[in-house]
Amino acid sequence: MSLIDVENLTLEFDTDEGRITAVDDVSFSLAPGEVMGLVGESGSGKSVTAKSLMKLNARNGHYSPDTKITLHLDDGPVDVMSLTKPKDMSVIRGGAVSMIFQEPMASFAPAMTVGSQMVEQLLIHSDMNKRQAKELSVEMLDRVGISDASQRFNQYAFEMSGGMRQRAMIAMALSTKPKLLIADEPTTALDVTIQAQVIDLMKDLVDEFKMGIIFITHDLGVVAQTADKVAVMYLGRMIEQGPVRDVIRNPQHPYTQGLLDALPKLDDLGAPLKPVPGDIPSPLERPSGCVFHTRCSQIMGDVCKRDTPAWANTSEGHRAACHLRHKGASA
Amino acid sequence: MSDPNLIKTDKLSVEFNIGGSIFNKKTLKAVDGISIDIPKGSFFGVVGESGSGKTTLGRALLNAVPISSGHATYDDGEVQYDLAEINGPELKDYRKRAQLIFQDPYAALSPRMTVRDIIAEPLEVMGLTKTREETDARVREIAEKCRLNLEHLRRFPHAFSGGQRQRISIARALVSGPQFIVADESVAALDVSIQADILNLLKSIQEEMGLTFMFISHDLSVVAHTCDHVAVMYLGRIVESAPTRQLFENARHPYTKALFSAIPSLDPDDRGKAQKLEGEIPSPTNQPSGCKFHTRCPFVTDICKREEPPLETCEEGHAVSCHRWKELQLNDVA
Repeated sequence: MSLIDVENLTLEFDTDEGRITAVDDVSFSLAPGEVMGLVGESGSGKSVTAKSLMKLNARNGHYSPDTKITLHLDDGPVDVMSLTKPKDMSVIRGGAVSMIFQEPMASFAPAMTVGSQMVEQLLIHSDMNKRQAKELSVEMLDRVGISDASQRFNQYAFEMSGGMRQRAMIAMALSTKPKLLIADEPTTALDVTIQAQVIDLMKDLVDEFKMGIIFITHDLGVVAQTADKVAVMYLGRMIEQGPVRDVIRNPQHPYTQGLLDALPKLDDLGAPLKPVPGDIPSPLERPSGCVFHTRCSQIMGDVCKRDTPAWANTSEGHRAACHLRHKGASA
Repeated sequence: MSDPNLIKTDKLSVEFNIGGSIFNKKTLKAVDGISIDIPKGSFFGVVGESGSGKTTLGRALLNAVPISSGHATYDDGEVQYDLAEINGPELKDYRKRAQLIFQDPYAALSPRMTVRDIIAEPLEVMGLTKTREETDARVREIAEKCRLNLEHLRRFPHAFSGGQRQRISIARALVSGPQFIVADESVAALDVSIQADILNLLKSIQEEMGLTFMFISHDLSVVAHTCDHVAVMYLGRIVESAPTRQLFENARHPYTKALFSAIPSLDPDDRGKAQKLEGEIPSPTNQPSGCKFHTRCPFVTDICKREEPPLETCEEGHAVSCHRWKELQLNDVA
């Protein structure tokens, strides 16, 4: 039984320059206790996809009619797309679904203590009274490795260091005991040594709380260290999905292969760096056919420019949307 | 023979006043007694976490923050400048010879100027070209070197992706014909697929034009692939400095070692084996006594808390600042 099913998620935004497609026909599902790494460059639509699960996208966004997002909770399924009233949406906004943002300084209110923000959301999402909420908040701060938790509870976000703020953010997101946690680049703004600590902490917390996590990142190393499965996005489309070992060791889509090749490797310092050629097209000038064909090193000709590639299964649970992987394709 | 080093610093310090009274001034030592030599034509890497002083060091060498004590000299064979004393026409001349490439290509380019105007601005401000034709020719020459499409020169920055914008920033830095370039986290804001492209571009420009780069980064794997020599900074001091390959194969300082092991491995079966560093970098206003790293070091002893370790040479070109570098066999531990 899955925790969340996303089917045919398509989202367009109206802008001054015209309507742009941010997410194009994305489908995936996630089981409880599973960690999915959502990988892609800036502009690939990974954050917008994640925000759709909480219906947090801006008002100029339009979901296509066949978009279906179902959250399976203990009291039965919730159809996320049908939620419209703010009161109904509290379940996907902090209740059963929580989110950790990239920039912890920007996500805490600067004029409220960290503690009062933690208490506030607990009062909204649970039946606790103020005293219980405070106790739980201090306990959670302690749990994520913040020393002197009861003093830190009364501090403001600017009094904490970057790593500590991100820990507090995690404590806050987890205190409502969500079933699904969306982590949007939670370690990108942190130093490597702090990143390593936060990754360890998140792994421990998954084991303990058994929630599903969607981990958004552009760093394949972070994915390799945290995720069970990986989904790769490019210009709003999902182009490869599979178990983390398969995708990283045996990538099937030329874009995933390019991303892995572009990483500087520490075991071979002399090796030249291999960028993915070209620049990411502007969303206003989305390529036809396969969205990646303008940068693809293995382009086969007209078929890539004309037809949107369907999914091709390459091994158990591993699939790629590429014409190369379909039978009869000649490379 | 002229000096092989373009930049030399001797016990360079940068302090900032952070309040207090006139009798009891409070200062923050961002860069604390750093001595480095940057050879001509090299790609010199500076690595460290945020708060380590790496950016301030770069700015001090560009005369963008005042040097509090110590010396820094610039010598490109044509001119020699003492960077702590430099001012007036000399400083103006130095600005042509030393340039900075910023981290964030989204913030560094004015949205109201065309790409041509952005690249031409240094030429006009410094009076390097006389006529508009001359300026345009120079802009086109540099734009081609940075692989910018000439049709793009008439457009505004908002039309470009991060990689293209960073190429515009690089073109602007190169247009005055500098010898020394400080690249401060110049690829940190870019996507991986673009990052490799920009690094290759910087490398090829450096080789082609014989420039000297100071490459500031927090990412050891990026530094490993581009730099000839790496200095690791922690709380304003250099803790280890060595030729790149030497540093990667035989790191002597526990902090360098920890930085390496904190890089997430691409192997999903290699989880959690790395030796993790506890705690965070202390505040520069409240620095630890003795070795600055002792609060986080797994090998700390009494002497580390008491005395500051000197920067000692352990091999040709390899210096380390640790009381215990001789006895610690770090490669066996990790």
